[in-house]
Amino acid sequence: MNQRMPSAPARDSAVRRAVRRVALLRESPVAMIGAGIVLFWVLVAVLAPLIAPFEPNATFYPYARPGAGHAGGGTFWLGADMIGRDILSRIIWGARTVLIYAPLATFSAYVLGILMGLAAGYKRGWVDEVLSRLGDVLLSFPVLVLYIIVIATVGASGVNIVIAITVAGAPGVMRIVRGLTLEIGSRDFVAAARIRGEAAWYIMAVEILPNARGPLIVDACLRLGYVTITIGVLGFLGLGLPPPDADWGSMINQARGVAMAFPHMTVFPCIAISSLVLGFNLLADGLREISLRD
Amino acid sequence: MAGFVLRRLGTMAITMFAVSVLVFLLLEISPGSVATKVLGPYSTDEQRTLWLEAHGYFQPLWVRYGDWLWNFVNGDFGESVRFKVPVSEILWPRLANTAILGLVTFAVMIPVSLVLGVVAGMREGSRLDRAISVTSIVTTSVPEFASAVFLSAVFVFWLDWLPGTSGMAEGFSFRELILPVLVLVIYDMGYVARMTRASMADVMTTPYIRTAILKGLPYGRVIVRHALRNALIAPFTVIMLQINWLLSGVIVVEFFFAYKGFGALLLEASLNQDIFVIEACAMVAVFVAVATQTIADVGYAFLDPKIRFG
Repeated sequence: MNQRMPSAPARDSAVRRAVRRVALLRESPVAMIGAGIVLFWVLVAVLAPLIAPFEPNATFYPYARPGAGHAGGGTFWLGADMIGRDILSRIIWGARTVLIYAPLATFSAYVLGILMGLAAGYKRGWVDEVLSRLGDVLLSFPVLVLYIIVIATVGASGVNIVIAITVAGAPGVMRIVRGLTLEIGSRDFVAAARIRGEAAWYIMAVEILPNARGPLIVDACLRLGYVTITIGVLGFLGLGLPPPDADWGSMINQARGVAMAFPHMTVFPCIAISSLVLGFNLLADGLREISLRD
Repeated sequence: MAGFVLRRLGTMAITMFAVSVLVFLLLEISPGSVATKVLGPYSTDEQRTLWLEAHGYFQPLWVRYGDWLWNFVNGDFGESVRFKVPVSEILWPRLANTAILGLVTFAVMIPVSLVLGVVAGMREGSRLDRAISVTSIVTTSVPEFASAVFLSAVFVFWLDWLPGTSGMAEGFSFRELILPVLVLVIYDMGYVARMTRASMADVMTTPYIRTAILKGLPYGRVIVRHALRNALIAPFTVIMLQINWLLSGVIVVEFFFAYKGFGALLLEASLNQDIFVIEACAMVAVFVAVATQTIADVGYAFLDPKIRFG
């Protein structure tokens, strides 16, 4: 019970430590720019109902060019699509979709990958052998081929996309965690914990994992960017979330046929997704720079 | 060295075996759904049972897998549900088209990214180095479909210089290849350039390079004769592994530009539930990926004197 309820001063110092860690970002302009872009999209996603000028799924004025006015008031700043939905509003709501699914899928890939990596790196022996071989097999697939055959089999839906990304992403996380676990597992404080008679799960979760967090945070940022691309690609290929809800990749897929005549329908969602991925990648690059400096 | 090559080939065979089990289980574990995919959703139960009977689907799973694998190894991939012809008749021409796309992409991407990486890594931290690094982060952040959209908007819609689709309806056309290749090059280039840069920067700090510079050799000669030979070993592996990424990239690019390649075939097959085409494409894709990985490992061992003579 006591473990679950930290006393007040402990919580205070944890908050302060977190603040200090975020303040570290100031040391790298690259990380600051990345964090700024990501924060921008997070705000857009959170405030979507307040800032979107139109209903994202309502149809108004098909093929409206950017800047065209709406008879009932308001302007289609980025134009409208083939069935007259406002593109700016759909991009704003689409930020929600991607910022829900990308972190969710990345997180679940991390949970599975961390469990597998800790087990492989700490237990070693046949556990390591089996998990590593399994990971090698999954990693030998060109990743989009794996997504396509999994989604073609189980069908396209939000849950299935998260499952597919988890299965395809976990082996990569496992490799990193396994390597870190092998390295940290040979340190004295782990040996001390073992002599104290701590359980294996305790050593893995409390002694090893917190000491592996640095490289994992950098990798998580890169992976978030990559998962964002993946969700966009699946939408673009027609294997994404079912319509009509706004999702950047699907917007591009739906407008593909008329994109040569009305490029605004595809260009703006592409700018949105590219900037978000760039934000994650810059953040990862900056964080790596900061961690190398210490 | 021979033992190492044999071990790598053994690993490759085991991986391919495991992949084949996985693909088979994923797509064929339930015979009922196979029959539905082949005969369509409006077939009757009786028709499906007859089809399953005729194609040996009432045998145990492992017997079915054995038959499937045997046919596969012998080049019999079954019949396409959609086109009603043997899968191999569709697959090989499509694969040849993708090979052309891939080769041209590599022919452009490798020299460009190596030069950028070497130039950036020669003087770590210089303004040129920073510029190249930032550019490569930006280009790897733009997904293939997005750069396809941007490039089409500029070169097709705005300037009207290039064709927007690459269906090659009137025979092979190099002009139609330009945009797909450009998209793939832009996405893959950044990563190879960054890896080359890291490798080059590493080599430039070694004592033997410092010695070569201090004993008065011309700078160009130090770079070409001393640094490059070691700096280019790591990028070799990266480039070979890039083929795995390229196999994902061609799916997107071929779909976007309607190029009649292998990636588009896999995607069409999965959207149409053309099950035997999916299996064949998946196996071929993994085979190419695993084979290049093996070549990368063996090649690395061969190029690196520390391993070759070790």
